[in-house]
Amino acid sequence: MNKSGLIEELSRRENLTEKKAAEVVNLILKGFVEELKKGGRIEIRGFGSFVVRSYNSYTGRNPKTGKNIEVAPKKLPFFKVGKELKERVDKGE
Amino acid sequence: MTKIDIIQDVYEKLGLTKRESAQVVESVFEIMKDNLAKGEKIKISGFGNFVVKEKKPRRGRNPQTGEEIQISARRVLTFKSSQVLRKALNA
Repeated sequence: MNKSGLIEELSRRENLTEKKAAEVVNLILKGFVEELKKGGRIEIRGFGSFVVRSYNSYTGRNPKTGKNIEVAPKKLPFFKVGKELKERVDKGE
Repeated sequence: MTKIDIIQDVYEKLGLTKRESAQVVESVFEIMKDNLAKGEKIKISGFGNFVVKEKKPRRGRNPQTGEEIQISARRVLTFKSSQVLRKALNA
């Protein structure tokens, strides 16, 4: 399923126009990105949570050339699956 | 940020009632959960992909007792953030 599949399914389940369903999905995603950009945490009970982890710079190695390279400090988003979803995924139902 | 904040955002910006806003936001996550529970991946461009992975059984150890145990086969959910999101976080 991709974003348009999600929008179609939302429109079907909730009797929304596709336009309105798209607005809902896009607004949620925009909110997510903005929250993560602020370094905030997103917690959706039953689904999971998103956090941003910060990494200091470190000396890495280009695996192809074996050359040492300085890796700049960076922030990466992480997702931790919620209990309900974790159980449903494992059971497959 | 929690579901309440998202519902409030939808309510303020999309001209739905509070009740409808709560209902549709809930529905978005239900759809995603139903889909993932079936083992299907979800690809959200600009955000990331949720993928269900099959893990084989493996030997592990109880870190408290040191006892060897068998970890059963299982399905787990992984999230791979999109390049676009990672760029946005580091801009």
